[in-house]
Amino acid sequence: MSNAFLQIRNLSKRFGEQVVLDGIDLDIPLKSHTTVIGQSGTGKSVFLKCISKLLVPESGSIRLSDSSGEIPQCAYMFQQNALFDSLTVFDNVAMPLREKSRISKSDLAERVRELLRQLDLEDAASKYPAEISGGMQKRVALARALITSPEIILFDEPTTGLDPQRKFAVFDMIRNYRERFGFTVIMVSHDVPEVFGISDQIAWLDSGKIKFWGSPATLLESPPRDLEEFLDPKLSTETSAL
Amino acid sequence: MIGRIGRKSIGLVSELGELAQFGASSMGSLFGQRHVFEKLFRAMYEIGVRCIPITLIVGLFTGLVMGLQLYYVLTKFSAESLLGQAVALSIIMEIGPVFTAIMIVGQAGSALAAEIGIQRNAEQIDALRTMRINALGFLVSPRLFAALICFPLLTAFFDIVGIFGGHLTGVEMLGVDSGAYWSRIYEGVSIKNIMDGFLKAVCFGFITTIICAFQGYFTHIKASVPGARGVSESTTRAVVLSSIAILATDYLITSFRL
Repeated sequence: MSNAFLQIRNLSKRFGEQVVLDGIDLDIPLKSHTTVIGQSGTGKSVFLKCISKLLVPESGSIRLSDSSGEIPQCAYMFQQNALFDSLTVFDNVAMPLREKSRISKSDLAERVRELLRQLDLEDAASKYPAEISGGMQKRVALARALITSPEIILFDEPTTGLDPQRKFAVFDMIRNYRERFGFTVIMVSHDVPEVFGISDQIAWLDSGKIKFWGSPATLLESPPRDLEEFLDPKLSTETSAL
Repeated sequence: MIGRIGRKSIGLVSELGELAQFGASSMGSLFGQRHVFEKLFRAMYEIGVRCIPITLIVGLFTGLVMGLQLYYVLTKFSAESLLGQAVALSIIMEIGPVFTAIMIVGQAGSALAAEIGIQRNAEQIDALRTMRINALGFLVSPRLFAALICFPLLTAFFDIVGIFGGHLTGVEMLGVDSGAYWSRIYEGVSIKNIMDGFLKAVCFGFITTIICAFQGYFTHIKASVPGARGVSESTTRAVVLSSIAILATDYLITSFRL
């Protein structure tokens, strides 16, 4: 686990008696795409929420490898986008800067319009989230995440409830914008093996521990035995569908 | 049995503590917010301007009924000339602040609890936190300060319309002398009475806004069911608890100030 940008060490989280994360160690390389996979209820979303500070872990540390300071600014993409439905697309995207910086109105408008243009959302600027498609809502949420130029974006099951075609469209969107904007992605997903195509690293979370960490190629070549059991039904379903 | 009462009591004290902490944090969170006046004016529109019609209507009918009822009571003692004073004192000190607060809770308080509850369920509050935006300062504080301004203002509207309502029935319909009606109000109502009414309005504004926001903000913890039914449960609880709090606070303030 070298070449780390973000170091996660001994991260533990419990809810009452139930241990959800049990001493997780993970290194996230700079500008990489790391996907956390695992069964439902294994604490994948809890892991992301600990990184974003939405949950406070019982123990452990999350820090940059090259400094002893706080973790850098993370943006969080929620499953259901968490857009403010009474605000227009423009206002949703502008919100983080409007509320947290002293940027002038004209500079803010320019920056938001530029970002909307880059994400092909120019025509939707004055619309409300309910008036645009699910895919566009995802892009608006991404635009809102990108407006503060975060170094890390956390994606919490971004393709939940989408059909296969839309899933691939969302994965393409993440890959394209990561390449264009150069942020680091930590994503939680159920979509195995589809996520292998866009991920640089796969982390398999099971029983509160990271049981496997490595590239998708390594995982497919020589998966640990119990991970094989997790992957097998998914891979065989995929094969039969083909 | 005793154990259950004990657990309930501890739960109640604990919830009151959480409520107090929530109120204090909400008060403090306004400072450091950006675009404070814009948020404050928007909240004042929601709580104040939109509640004016219902306040005026209820104030008018309350005054009309008060004029009618008190006239028939006072005639028994041949004291109908005191009608103006009786109507004005009842409305300014008790009925005005209490009815206005209940009307605002019914309209703006329930909307506040439901809106924040839905935002909680849609992860919008978590989204604010991930954007490093103080959720209490963004969602609750402007409404809290707006309530502190709007409750006394709307109470004043209620009082004025209510007193005119009493005049309509007492003077225009039942024949009480108009001069006596107004002079008795002038003689019998002091500045202290008016200030007591406004003090109640400010307290009701603070308490009900905190209760409604608290119920919405913690709908994922407080409601027994998740989702839309949870929000509906939180909204109902917000209105019921606010109404009880208004009456209990009214009793406390009255007993201390009389």
